[in-house]
Amino acid sequence: MGPFRLETLTSRDVRDRLERLELPFNQYGMDPFGISKKHLGVFYSMLEVFYKNYFRVKCFGIENVPERGGAMLVGNHSGGLPVDGGMVLASLFFARELPRHATGMVEKFAGNWPFVSEWFSRVGQLPGLPEHAVRLLQDGRLLMIFPEGARGTGKLFKDRYRLVQFGTGFMRIALQTGAPIVPFAFIGGEEALPTVYHAKTLAKVVGAPYWPVPPYLVPFPLPLGCEIHYGKPMHFPGTGREPDEVIEGYVEQVKSVVELLVLRGCALHRQRTDGTFEQEPKDSPSDPSPDAPDASSSSGPSDPEP
Amino acid sequence: MKILITGINGAHARMVALRLRARGDEILGIDRRPWPDAPEGVHVFQTDVRKRPAADVFRQHRPDVVIHMATITHFTASAEERLRINLHGTRLVFEYCHEFGVKQAVFVGRHTIYGAAPDAPLYRTEEEPPLAVSTFPELADLVAADLFAAAALWRWPGLKTAVLRMVYMLGPTHRGTLASFLGGPRVPMILGFDPLYHFMHDEDGVEAIVRAVDHQLSGIYNVAGPPPVPLSTLARGTGRQPIPIPEPLFKYSAGRFGLPYLPPGAVAHIKHPIVVDATAFRRATNFEHKHDAHAVMVSFRES
Repeated sequence: MGPFRLETLTSRDVRDRLERLELPFNQYGMDPFGISKKHLGVFYSMLEVFYKNYFRVKCFGIENVPERGGAMLVGNHSGGLPVDGGMVLASLFFARELPRHATGMVEKFAGNWPFVSEWFSRVGQLPGLPEHAVRLLQDGRLLMIFPEGARGTGKLFKDRYRLVQFGTGFMRIALQTGAPIVPFAFIGGEEALPTVYHAKTLAKVVGAPYWPVPPYLVPFPLPLGCEIHYGKPMHFPGTGREPDEVIEGYVEQVKSVVELLVLRGCALHRQRTDGTFEQEPKDSPSDPSPDAPDASSSSGPSDPEP
Repeated sequence: MKILITGINGAHARMVALRLRARGDEILGIDRRPWPDAPEGVHVFQTDVRKRPAADVFRQHRPDVVIHMATITHFTASAEERLRINLHGTRLVFEYCHEFGVKQAVFVGRHTIYGAAPDAPLYRTEEEPPLAVSTFPELADLVAADLFAAAALWRWPGLKTAVLRMVYMLGPTHRGTLASFLGGPRVPMILGFDPLYHFMHDEDGVEAIVRAVDHQLSGIYNVAGPPPVPLSTLARGTGRQPIPIPEPLFKYSAGRFGLPYLPPGAVAHIKHPIVVDATAFRRATNFEHKHDAHAVMVSFRES
């Protein structure tokens, strides 16, 4: 028996899509940010199972994500573990003909965890530093941002889908790089992993900001349906050096749009769980920003199922 | 042009000397070690940069350009010796440059001064602080030398000072920090970590130093060749066997079982990457590396 090769864990669909992925891999299958084609194959094959079969994710408005060039995907955290991030990445990879890969801004504590740190860097999930964000956007890449940070994933079930404070750093970077912001809402994660308690001691032991405890104790998400709603790209004028009030005003606009997408997504999610879900209604939430003419998604679901 | 190279007997310094000599520059060298078969046109003064004869070389020969390569990077030298050569030597060389009318001083430094840390940016620009003072305290003397050389930019504006923070040089010479690390058949790794390693071919490194002279560069510049590759790829690409070791056991394995000796601070450099952004240097000198990562590894393996 020959040596074990990671490529054997890559599904055929993922292999085909990886060939269409526009990343500058060298002869070792590595891109300049340390992303490995081989590792991406395993990563997306694993996400594929969760995306298509476990969470049965329905994705709306994927056409709002630019086919090429830098953009910032900004959305809500949903659920006690960052499965939302994985499913957003999967939607960009599976829900469109030309797959794209996004880089998530990972909490810094993960950089010291063996294997986790290595895998995050090989699949392009870098520590959440402004330097990384600017460089990736200038390189024409997609960036996935959860401005609620760990506060978002740490929400208890009683506070589900209530957005907590957005950080403002992402907005200055968007202005500095001229990158559009594509708002999104992730729905279903709060039910899939409802956090009812934080085990502080356990969190301290593993060096994480919190340890979610669901009613069934084991912090693993349940196989419940999830949805992702992408809104239309938002553009803001400026250089990133504006006073705090201006930046905070822009951030509030983005937060409002994400809130609307969440509200709308929750309504659809209820229909889905009640069995009345058919397709996305055509009415759109009102536009909270003159620069964001329509924050709603504009088409029906991009169904991952073949 | 009259060019003085300190530490001229180092493998890379010799390559620089021969390269400059071949195109007609007059080469002076200072080193504690002899270069018995130095070619014609390369005049080596066997002395220590900290001793008076070294000052005499500056005084009597009045070089136009000084390329300072007399620094110690290996850890077989004691900490005191490293400090004496790296910091005090650098201080004296720059003072001589100022005192004896040198037009340009090129300090050949290391990218490792940026230090490796889990929360550091992947690509380091020249503005990044030298984290190595805390992540790898054994490198403090090189950090100090780098900062001291950079201070010449404001202390003596008339002296064009180029501080080059070069990635590891690797290739047929088998010399340098990375070559020593890859010297044995087995390469230690920390289990669960596989950082990116940034390196360039010996010849590309020499070319970069020559370009810094040609363009009369002044300022602080990162110098790099091809994009980085993971340590495991580097180990295999150079014909070595990567050996992942759990971090708590690492200190017990260093220097044993055919693995290289490494000081405690080196652990961070095997866990986390140090990668630099060399855009400014490329823009200033039109430098392009000729050897990709594969070619560098093959040249090291096959020589």
